[in-house]
Amino acid sequence: MRIFNKEPSFDFMGKRKLALIMSLTLVVISIGSLATRGLNFGIDFTGGTLIEVGYSNTVDLGEVRETLAGAGYDDAIAQHFGTSKDVLIRVPPHGEKSNADLSSDVLNALHVAASTDEVEMRRVEFVGPQVGDELTEDGGLAMIYALFGILIYITLRFEKRFAVGSVAALVHDVVITLGVFSLLQLEFDLTTLAAILAVIGYSLNDTIVVFDRIRENFRKMRKGTPVDIANRSINQMLSRTLVTSVTTLFVLMALFVLGGEIIHSFATALIIGIVIGTYSSVYVASATALALGINKQDLMPVKKEGEGEAEGVGDLP
Amino acid sequence: MNQYPVWKYVLIAAVILTGALYALPNLYGDDPAVQVSPLRGAPVGEESKARVIDLLKGEGLPFKSFEQVERGMLIRFNNTEDQMRAKDIIDEKLGDSYVSALNLTPATPEWLASFNAAPMYLGLDLRGGVHFLMEVDMVAALRQAGERYVSDLRSILRNEKVRYLTIARVANDNAVEIKFRDAADRDTARSLIRKEFPRLLLEEEARGGDAFLVAKISDQELREIKKMALQQNVITLRNRVNELGVAEPVVQQQGENRIVVQLPGIQDTARAKEILGATATLEFRMAVENADVQAALAGRPPVGTRLYKERNGSPILLKKRIVVTGDQIIDAASGIEQQNGSPTVFISLDSKGARKMADTTRENIGKPMAVVFIENKIDTRRVDGELVKIKKKIEEVINVAVIRDQFSKRFQITGLDSTDEARDLALLLRAGALAAPIEIVEERTVGPSLGQDNIDQGVNSVIVGFIIVMIFMVVWYRVFGLVANLALAVNLVMIVAVLSMLQATLTLPGIAGIVLTVGMAVDANVLVFERIREELRSGNTPQASINAGYDKALSTIADANITTLIAALVLYAFGTGPIKGFAITLSIGIVTSMFTAIMGTRAVINLVYGGRKVKKLAI
Repeated sequence: MRIFNKEPSFDFMGKRKLALIMSLTLVVISIGSLATRGLNFGIDFTGGTLIEVGYSNTVDLGEVRETLAGAGYDDAIAQHFGTSKDVLIRVPPHGEKSNADLSSDVLNALHVAASTDEVEMRRVEFVGPQVGDELTEDGGLAMIYALFGILIYITLRFEKRFAVGSVAALVHDVVITLGVFSLLQLEFDLTTLAAILAVIGYSLNDTIVVFDRIRENFRKMRKGTPVDIANRSINQMLSRTLVTSVTTLFVLMALFVLGGEIIHSFATALIIGIVIGTYSSVYVASATALALGINKQDLMPVKKEGEGEAEGVGDLP
Repeated sequence: MNQYPVWKYVLIAAVILTGALYALPNLYGDDPAVQVSPLRGAPVGEESKARVIDLLKGEGLPFKSFEQVERGMLIRFNNTEDQMRAKDIIDEKLGDSYVSALNLTPATPEWLASFNAAPMYLGLDLRGGVHFLMEVDMVAALRQAGERYVSDLRSILRNEKVRYLTIARVANDNAVEIKFRDAADRDTARSLIRKEFPRLLLEEEARGGDAFLVAKISDQELREIKKMALQQNVITLRNRVNELGVAEPVVQQQGENRIVVQLPGIQDTARAKEILGATATLEFRMAVENADVQAALAGRPPVGTRLYKERNGSPILLKKRIVVTGDQIIDAASGIEQQNGSPTVFISLDSKGARKMADTTRENIGKPMAVVFIENKIDTRRVDGELVKIKKKIEEVINVAVIRDQFSKRFQITGLDSTDEARDLALLLRAGALAAPIEIVEERTVGPSLGQDNIDQGVNSVIVGFIIVMIFMVVWYRVFGLVANLALAVNLVMIVAVLSMLQATLTLPGIAGIVLTVGMAVDANVLVFERIREELRSGNTPQASINAGYDKALSTIADANITTLIAALVLYAFGTGPIKGFAITLSIGIVTSMFTAIMGTRAVINLVYGGRKVKKLAI
């Protein structure tokens, strides 16, 4: 089976002005939301305590909240998690009591209140403020180092304008994915951060595949403007881009539906990121490289390393 | 065309077989087991082994096997019912000096274990348990060190009759400042301190007509103090964790001032926190010779004495007056006595403790002295729905030794039975010494039901995602899709094999990483297959198309995977916990998928199409 029986010939690059407007709008909205609403950081970053309990029967959140308030935690947030028997309780850092004992305290209060119902501790997470700050810092650093490592590798393997193009696409993807999280106020925790970094890896993968073909075509095709060549390359890779995105989305859907509540935000971030990433590897990356004036001469193999460069890394099968 | 030399097939087969071998232990599941560990110095040998076996046989409880493991015994059972009963029996009959824990032990058959093959190591989010990150208060550790120097310097100046005006700790500089009336006193003090405490950096200062001497703790010593504070806490925590009877506890240093404690299978975190947070102290007391223990046992101890119990439970009478307490111990280390090679424990006291110890021992040569280990525990229990905190004080005589000489600042306890005993005693002495305060800065607890849910959901999503992708690939690429699916399955086996070999921890995000790799591993094949289609479209022969497809897609695949690998490695370097788990499986998946998707599929395609005339490809 195939989508296109012959090579498609969509004029992707002809619509790059339109794409630019769309991307800019999305990025501006995202940054706006990040600036005003911010991210709904989980306790990994803010510090605090998270307690997940399972009741043997459906439980009324109002009662749980009353119990918590009675125990002196009126700032605790309780919500159902997955089913109406599971409750997730978040307690912000509690001044004097902001220590590890808090969770035992809360669990005890719940045990006492639910005399007829079984309450089962499913999960407790406590992150002290010092750790939260560190995780935020490390997470930010990881993102920046990953982007730099990639920038260097692509500059070495391709050309600096491609590198800028791919990093532009990455920043675009990350900002918009974060923007969606901010707009919908989805919880952002460590696993979500891992997902965002995976989006970087994935989107890059896509971009590089397209760049690889653009480079090949620049060398092979004697005629045609850079825009034509970019267009042709994107069209040639279109069915691969779609097939890979679809298979990856399949497994992510499986993860989203079957992976359980904890993995939800992870799957959500990846799904958003991959949809955006597929779009950006077509439009943002190539359009940026074109806008920076990529041309034939830049991509001609350098004489000395000529062959190795054109033939690829090695002679594996 | 499109034929592989034999050695490539051999190589591929060898890699796949090795992978299958190391992935195999994961299919065997776990045996329910009971682990019995000795508490403190209790022996583990043939005798205790025989006792446990007798106990079980006496109750008619069948067990699968009995193994001697590191510092303990492991008994495997056929089912959890036997396991539970066995634990109850052992807890009841074996006595207080042993602690038992329920355990799930991999049922890897011996022939596999002989290859060092073992199942994947599941993270706490999958098996349930507690993860604590504890931070040692280094500021307090340095303050303690500074205060110790203040008291040491004060006492040597007094002893040597050097006159000084004030002596105090300079908080920010980790130094001690001594003020003298004149420069002459200062110079005497200076040479004295240099002789007695050669490690201190001395500086002279003159301010407002007074003579000052600043004794600074060197950077190297500061580092040592911090290291010591951390190690002391690690040791204390290890001891306490042993008491909890956890099957595979982890107590590990992390960075310069943190300690990770992982207790798989523990659900009662409140109790775990209490035991980990218990404080211990030591007391050195004189023992009463020829005491009337019987009278004391009957409740009439002689005046000025108190009844204690030794490790083995036998009673002993000690004097009420305390010679030295634990917070006066600076260090305790086990070693070998040079003269006769017997195991010994070296102890250093601070100046106050040293003076008291010297006075006492001078008058009591030839008499026995005892070391009492005291633990303060807080037990929280629910009584009629009310939370009651019960303070418990456990006192135990851990050593009795005869004083042979007058003790000074440093002395040793000899006459210990074994190096193990010496090590344990040193551990306890250090645990009872003044430790830098410690605080829990992160806790992650996963209940057993959630752990199992996580495993189920993780495995389900891998399987379902896998099947959908496989169906898609066959519909889309027909024979080539089948080949890609074969590669995908092998890839999954390889990921499991590498994870098992490295004994890397598999976490829920790790499973997510595997799911993602399944999606991305297909990409390499998609690239190749699309290229082959292109080549066919431009009129090339099937054989040439296959060849060109693989050749031309290679550099693209390599570039794409290497960049993703960069991202994964950065994640691994900077990430903690969940992120690391994700990065590990992602990295492994990228590497194995390169092998299976390129070399593996090519080998099969070559077998199917290679070396013959092909009119049409099923792609």
